[in-house]
Amino acid sequence: MSSLLRLATAGSVDDGKSTLVGRLLYDTKSVLADQLDAVQRASVDRGLSTPDLSLLVDGLRSEREQGITIDVAYRYFATPRRSFVLADTPGHVQYTRNTVTGASTAQLAVLLVDARKGVVEQTRRHAAVLALLGVPRLVLAVNKVDLINYDEAAFTVIAKEFATHAASLGYAEGSVLTIPVSALHGDNVATRSENTPWYGGPTLLEHLEQVPVAPDPHDAPFRFPVQYVIRPRTADYPDYRGYAGQIAAGTVRPGDEVVVLPQGLRTRVTRVDTADGPRDEAGAGSSVTVLLADDLDIARGDLIASATDRPEVTDEFTATLCWLSSSSLRPGARVLVKHGARTVQALVEELGSRFDEQTLSTVDSPESLELNEIGGVRIRLSEELPVDEYSHSPRTGAFLVIDPKNGDTLAAGLVGERLSAVGAG
Amino acid sequence: MTALHETRETGEPDTVSAVSAAATDAARDNLAALESEAIHIFREVAGEFDRPVILFSGGKDSTLLLHLAIKAFWPAPVPFPLLHVDTGHNFDEVISFRDRMAERHGLRLIVAHVQDWIDDGRLTERPDGTRNPLQTQPLLDTIAEHRFDAVFGGGRRDEERARAKERIFSLRNAFGQWEPRRQRPELWNLYNGRHRPGEHVRVFPLSNWTESDVWNYIARERVELPSIYYAHQRKVYRRDGMWLTEGPWGGPREGEEVKELTVRYRTVGDGSCTGAVESTASTVEEVIAEVQASRLTERGATRADDRLSEAAMEDRKREGYF
Repeated sequence: MSSLLRLATAGSVDDGKSTLVGRLLYDTKSVLADQLDAVQRASVDRGLSTPDLSLLVDGLRSEREQGITIDVAYRYFATPRRSFVLADTPGHVQYTRNTVTGASTAQLAVLLVDARKGVVEQTRRHAAVLALLGVPRLVLAVNKVDLINYDEAAFTVIAKEFATHAASLGYAEGSVLTIPVSALHGDNVATRSENTPWYGGPTLLEHLEQVPVAPDPHDAPFRFPVQYVIRPRTADYPDYRGYAGQIAAGTVRPGDEVVVLPQGLRTRVTRVDTADGPRDEAGAGSSVTVLLADDLDIARGDLIASATDRPEVTDEFTATLCWLSSSSLRPGARVLVKHGARTVQALVEELGSRFDEQTLSTVDSPESLELNEIGGVRIRLSEELPVDEYSHSPRTGAFLVIDPKNGDTLAAGLVGERLSAVGAG
Repeated sequence: MTALHETRETGEPDTVSAVSAAATDAARDNLAALESEAIHIFREVAGEFDRPVILFSGGKDSTLLLHLAIKAFWPAPVPFPLLHVDTGHNFDEVISFRDRMAERHGLRLIVAHVQDWIDDGRLTERPDGTRNPLQTQPLLDTIAEHRFDAVFGGGRRDEERARAKERIFSLRNAFGQWEPRRQRPELWNLYNGRHRPGEHVRVFPLSNWTESDVWNYIARERVELPSIYYAHQRKVYRRDGMWLTEGPWGGPREGEEVKELTVRYRTVGDGSCTGAVESTASTVEEVIAEVQASRLTERGATRADDRLSEAAMEDRKREGYF
């Protein structure tokens, strides 16, 4: 069990998401007196009678002036059991762009609905995007239960409806939990509510503390993008040659048989090094330096992988793109693809489908892909890359699409056809 | 250190152990994750940029930054120089610590003196004597002069609301300015460091660390800090609700009474606007206990420059502040 949980929040306008996040920070004592004073002053200035906890999380001047959240904000809170990095993603403006960003690193997502409205269209869309990005676990926080008089029957209807939708997106029963909360009053956020005696599950915070994180990396094949070659050439280390990187998936031990891609050279790991000394084993997420038995020509951008379960080396693949730029994508576009530690030129050969958020189905052969749209494409690369299906190994199945002209990030890319996995197409 | 990582790699810790042991393991795991993330960021910059530099003041966050950089490239030396924008109002203990660290690790230290910019008229001293806002121009000029394309800073997202939306790779335009609406979405651990000539990227490897994480890691790694982070006797006077120290930055004024107190610093910046807190915490463990019990953020407690307005940090970041 890791003690760091990365989570994302998503919700529609006025579901009280900022208040819920403010409540989590407040109840875990992550808000300190001077921050609260600032919120109280600002609330009074705005003519409010009670402190608006959402002001804790709306950071930029333009956001406070407009009373909306524009950008993903990162929040930090901790309990003795776990530390949390929370990506707070706005619900209305550019929600796909923001949800995709927050979801890309999240091990769990909290979706918010208003108890009076229940599961709405945007809830389904958010859930679909979270499923697309492979976020392993979902929590539906049914907020404002005080406004439905803590009615169990109404809550059960919402919970059942969401469970059905989540199941259609591929979520197993155990990976989805629905909790009745009132962010304003604190019911079932950090403290169990006396108003919901019929609810036997954990509070939101208890669940966040206890939920198992991502699948065991031991099950995944080893993937290690080489970021940097360490060659000290000093008196103490005249011949040291180590390949530095962060393990993208799986584990590595000295003695493991590996293959260096795209070259396809087989060799053996002799040492897994860190500044604190060599390791017997290292797993996904660890930054280490790998030493190999043979003197090979390996550079930044190469991938060291398990010799028995290796990714495909290819210069053409099918992918799903979440388009994040205000300039549109048309077939034939020349772009850059950043995958692992390598950036190559690429051509978007074909735009095969577009995800229709209204119907949660796909449209074939659209003319273009616009901001916040998700589509299926065929990409050809100027040189071969070792890629995995996103569903098989997310970190080596993920890539950025970059504009060669100005360097902007245009899209989040996922290797493989993902749209059918979220119930579309 | 091997044992430290084992808990995470082998999955479930021993369930027989008591709650306190579980809490200790949990804290260590969190730090191991944050350390790996920061090391990854350092190596990405080394791989993608031509002329990176580390902002290094000798304060605790930049000292931690240097510590992580050393671990990222070990056993090779850190492949970047250090840069400090010296307001001339810094604490002697911190300046000598800064010089000692640069020398110990064999790193080139570039110092831009705000005084030089005042002397030749490029900057004008402010009526209140505060020099923190004056750092921006020397910083941008020095970045341009040395053609630095990546500038590491110790900023953390938990420090302030405007920083909560800061990217780990933060693009600055040719004027060194931060444009909130031009920031790129950051996905997975894939960082986009592309920039046009004249632009540069500020990089924040400590983005996801909290003040508690920083102190817990300093304790675990036994990172050396300047002595003023720990309790000591100091002559101070009260201004704007803070304990300021005597110094060439113009204090105390008439009517400001000087007292000798036992204090320490939670942040270290320009002496004219960095306040000391009354504290008897003389070891890193005592500091951790104090941070956990504190009801004030470190900036709220000790930085006058952030109190200027509700959006003070956002405004300074837009201008090119770090």
